[in-house]
Amino acid sequence: MSAAAAGAPGHIEGGRKRTRELAGQAIIDSFKKFSPRVQVRNPVMFIVWLSMFVTLALTFDPDLFGKTQVTAAYNGFVTAILFFTVWFANFAEAFAEGRGKAQADALRQTKTDATARRIADDGTLQVVAAGMLRKGDRVRVERGEIIPTDGEILEGIASVDESAITGESAPVLKEPGTDMMSTVTGGTRILSDWLVFKVSADPGHTFLDRMIQLVEGARRQKTPNEIALTVLLAVLSLIFVIVVATLKPLASFLHIHIDVATLIALLVALMPTTIGALLSAIGIAGIDRATRFNVLAMSGRAVEAAGDVQTLILDKTGTITMGNRQATEFVPLPGYSEDDVAAAAMAASWYDSTPEGRSIVALAVARGAKRDPIWEQAQGVEFTAETRMSGTNLPDGREARKGAVAAVARYVQEGFKTTAPRELKEAADRVAKKGATPLALAMDGALIGVIGLSDVLKPGMRERFAHMRSLGIKTIMVTGDNPITARVIAEQAGVDDFVAEAKPEDKIRVIRLEQGQGRLVAMTGDGTNDAPALAQADVGLAMHSGTVAAKEAANMIDLDSDPTKLIDVVAIGKQLLITRGALTTFSIANDVAKYFAMLPAMFMLALPGVSALNIMHLATPESAVLSALIFNAAIIPILIPLALRGVRFQPTTANHMLARNVLFYGFGGLIVPFIGIKAIDLVLSPFLR
Amino acid sequence: MSANAFWQIAIELLLAGAISVPFGRYLAHVFQEQKTLFDPVLNPVDRLIYRLIGRDAVKEGMDWKGYAVHMLLTNLLMGLLIYVILSFQAHLPWNPLKFPDVQPFLAFNTAASFVTNTNWQNYGGESTLSLFSQMAAITFPMFISAATGLVMAIAFFRALTPNRDKGPILGNFYHDFVRVLTRVFLLPCLFITPILVWQGSPETLTGMVTSHLIQGGVQHIPLGPVADLEVIKHLGTNGGGFFNANSAHPFENPTPLSNVIETLLMMVGPMALVVAFGRIVGNPKLARVIYTVMASMLVVAVFTAVIAEQRGTPLLAHAGLMQHASAGQMGGNMVGKEVRFGITQSALFDTVSTASATGAVNSMLDSYTPAGGMVSLVQMMLNCVFGGQGVGMLNFLMYGIFAVFIAGLMVGRTPEFLGKKIEKREIVLASLALLVHPLIILVPTAWSLMAPYGVSSLGNAGSHGLSEVLYAFTSAAANNGSAFAGLNGDTPWYNVALAVVILVGRYASIIFMLALGGSLAAKPRVLETVGTLKTDTALFGGFWFATIIVVGALTFFPGLVLGPIAEFYAHHASIGAIR
Repeated sequence: MSAAAAGAPGHIEGGRKRTRELAGQAIIDSFKKFSPRVQVRNPVMFIVWLSMFVTLALTFDPDLFGKTQVTAAYNGFVTAILFFTVWFANFAEAFAEGRGKAQADALRQTKTDATARRIADDGTLQVVAAGMLRKGDRVRVERGEIIPTDGEILEGIASVDESAITGESAPVLKEPGTDMMSTVTGGTRILSDWLVFKVSADPGHTFLDRMIQLVEGARRQKTPNEIALTVLLAVLSLIFVIVVATLKPLASFLHIHIDVATLIALLVALMPTTIGALLSAIGIAGIDRATRFNVLAMSGRAVEAAGDVQTLILDKTGTITMGNRQATEFVPLPGYSEDDVAAAAMAASWYDSTPEGRSIVALAVARGAKRDPIWEQAQGVEFTAETRMSGTNLPDGREARKGAVAAVARYVQEGFKTTAPRELKEAADRVAKKGATPLALAMDGALIGVIGLSDVLKPGMRERFAHMRSLGIKTIMVTGDNPITARVIAEQAGVDDFVAEAKPEDKIRVIRLEQGQGRLVAMTGDGTNDAPALAQADVGLAMHSGTVAAKEAANMIDLDSDPTKLIDVVAIGKQLLITRGALTTFSIANDVAKYFAMLPAMFMLALPGVSALNIMHLATPESAVLSALIFNAAIIPILIPLALRGVRFQPTTANHMLARNVLFYGFGGLIVPFIGIKAIDLVLSPFLR
Repeated sequence: MSANAFWQIAIELLLAGAISVPFGRYLAHVFQEQKTLFDPVLNPVDRLIYRLIGRDAVKEGMDWKGYAVHMLLTNLLMGLLIYVILSFQAHLPWNPLKFPDVQPFLAFNTAASFVTNTNWQNYGGESTLSLFSQMAAITFPMFISAATGLVMAIAFFRALTPNRDKGPILGNFYHDFVRVLTRVFLLPCLFITPILVWQGSPETLTGMVTSHLIQGGVQHIPLGPVADLEVIKHLGTNGGGFFNANSAHPFENPTPLSNVIETLLMMVGPMALVVAFGRIVGNPKLARVIYTVMASMLVVAVFTAVIAEQRGTPLLAHAGLMQHASAGQMGGNMVGKEVRFGITQSALFDTVSTASATGAVNSMLDSYTPAGGMVSLVQMMLNCVFGGQGVGMLNFLMYGIFAVFIAGLMVGRTPEFLGKKIEKREIVLASLALLVHPLIILVPTAWSLMAPYGVSSLGNAGSHGLSEVLYAFTSAAANNGSAFAGLNGDTPWYNVALAVVILVGRYASIIFMLALGGSLAAKPRVLETVGTLKTDTALFGGFWFATIIVVGALTFFPGLVLGPIAEFYAHHASIGAIR
């Protein structure tokens, strides 16, 4: 887990003390879950719950269904084990929910009932309760105040402490107009200056509200896969109900009497109670793992879908590379010196406040370029995605421009009828081949030189992409860079494919192309123009720093705004599904041993030959039945930690993963109950004599 | 077991395997509308049939609902036809022995049994049915029911074909049906019937010959069109005999050679369908995995049965009877077996017959040792050891859906099979198909054992009696038709209960599976990567097998413990008592 993730929403600190507190709360909640309204949602446990009342009645009157020789104590013992079976299942779910509840409580504390200053149409400030704010209202906040609700910044510049939401303690600079960092979230605290923002969410629908609902699991619905598994488990249980119900007449035909409590014990032991008890906890814990990783999934379905992803579409800048491109070289074209390039580059970048622009100025200064006072009266030309250039209009009418090589070449061709020399392409290619991004530099239509911007690959990306490849996941890098730079970076990072000179709409085109080939696609995004692509992707991970539109289109939000996390989200999704499958396999495989424990026990008095099937040599029929039932109950709490933590996940091929899990949970599920039941029988049988 | 027995089994199984591969390719050609050798002869025949039933009817593409509805209507019509023919046979031609009309309960049971490929017989053919009834209400439906099973499987396979562009359309029922009848069933019948006639099977419209015996007195020997019925009985995995003694009767199965031919005919169809599956869905490797799993189960079953029968009965051994095979005797448990087949050919025939849901017998299972009899029972409970025409493969794929679902989760993906996501709807449908089998076996068995009218039909008490009832309903549910004997099924309760079980067992499961196919067909295909669960590996084959055993067989384990397993141990325990 990353350092940032350790300070999860609401700053939940781990540790034993915390776990003990959670367990205490879960014990209380697990008793509340005995309510039939809760039980009926889980068909497997509901049958156990019903059975418990039947054996309870038999405890008071063992002859309820006809004369028997069994004692009230035996029936009582069965009832007690059934009670614990249900209680363990309740506890697993309550414990899994507990963590979310604690987080939600912490988040609720940050929700203020404080007042807000709403700006009326006439410009005056009205003090209203935060709950009165509606979408479209304008609000002013000042230093030290808690931001009352979500919004988009209209005016002002301020640093904001968002640790209540993200757990990240370093303040964030917020200002209007940029895609990044121009939104505020209710519950965060403004540390300096002031902001005016437009409210973007009605009460009850703010980001904080949604977060509380999600971590609390209040709207937690079963995912489609979970429903399918529930159906399968319910039908298996139903089959065993048929098996056990028809067993009584079959046995009666052979003049064998089987007690109802024993039949119920057989039924409960055969039903997939292990997975039935833990299924809900596995799902909650899966979403919880994402949340603790500071990724807010809008639904459990989104986490599952992440496990299915076959193509990751990643931005180069900021995801694969550090994202702070620095100017590293000036390459003059024939007829110009490096000093000319430095001077022109400085002129073109004077009003460019991006880190790249600053780095160009810094490099120019280092190369001895001097500031020209006339630039003060010049006018900055901002970068747009369409022109893919920025620059400065000097007061004397000259235009200094820098930008993508193709864009600048077209600009001089169209604006000044200057054909780009062959050397421009050569110089650009030389820069690109080093993995740097070439920017062409033009002064008043004359091409001066090429600026090389280098970006640093994030450490460990190559290994992560190799992992992805072993999982069968294709990675596609999307970049505005020219094809040569893109290829070099793609090769260095080890991605499978790249799209160079990409415009925003290219992302959605790539997604549709991949989906058309039957792939499930995940992508990250933060800008408003990413929103359609985020919605089109099967898994869209929006950055918390991004725009409201992006966050609404995505089905997950990364509170740390770290796009690399998409890779971790995939692992979390896979781990959730694997845990579900592994425990199902384990649960069903257990039946073999339970049959060999219980069937000989039930029949060996009437059919002495059948005792040959008692391969575990269990002491007495009673002890055999009770041992199997106790094992069935005890395995639930033993597996709770595994259900909550998830089974170990290593990136490898599907075949390896299957082999490993079949070995552990399939064969393990066959063997473990033989050992467990025998051990319980050894302990139990002396008491039953 | 003796070396002789081993080689008989090995050669016969390998021969069946060798035939199944080219036959499977032929099946795939037939269903993918590719050219086959017989097209010049059969195309005009097909066209004539299409003209008779209406050319438009065979052109319309059908989704699973359309396919199922036309299948049901065709089968309903066939069932009514059987019922009417049997009920009025006294008034119909070719009734040389003047048999009366069949009683309604029996006619209903027989109609249900033969329209569903079950061929459970609560009557003795030679003493109940006219020759016209044998031809029109027995042999004819054998073609129809086999073709129905096969086209349903093919329609399901089409849902999984690569590069589909037909959406939910699975094909045209009538078009497929006609092609199956002419190309898969009628054609081999034409060639193989003369071989059986050569071996001594009668093919005549003479109802009976009366012979005057040397020692005096007369013997009436019933005859009829037997040889053609024998071919479709085995090739179509039907199993209903012309005579009460089924393939133990010397006219149905005269010689060891005819016995081998009939054994092979039962096996090749279901085996070939696996090969055809691989070609139709474009994954021959997956077909090899399925084939291997099925073949392994069959080999274990055959050897268990043959060894159990060769060992004979422990009680007799204890009494000092020599039961070993030697030059002068076959040894083992020869009760209820024909001397001309011996233990190996009898146990092999009956085991293959229950595996393929044919249900024909050349020896009486009621007289088998408990272990030998249990083999047949277990195969019917699994109902997918190659299985009946079409339906065996569908059942195997049903277990495959569960195996894929659980194994798919274990590789960290929401499960998919051949590029199609397995979601709630598929699991619901497969679960319903799974649920039907134990429901219609265990509930009627329990009912029969509780009710006096159920118990009164039993030939034996105790575990053996329980096995008889359990066997009857398992056979009906699996549309097998194999009879354990010992149980008198011609009572109102068993006639109706078995008929209902037969109908539900047939139509509920194939319609659930076809609906599943329809659901898969409509889904977009997900690309396969190294992160995708590979179903065409030995590992997954093993998992698939384990799913069949744990989910399929364990359901019936308590019933088996009280029936054959208890009897098996009782035999051994009673020796202890004698000692």
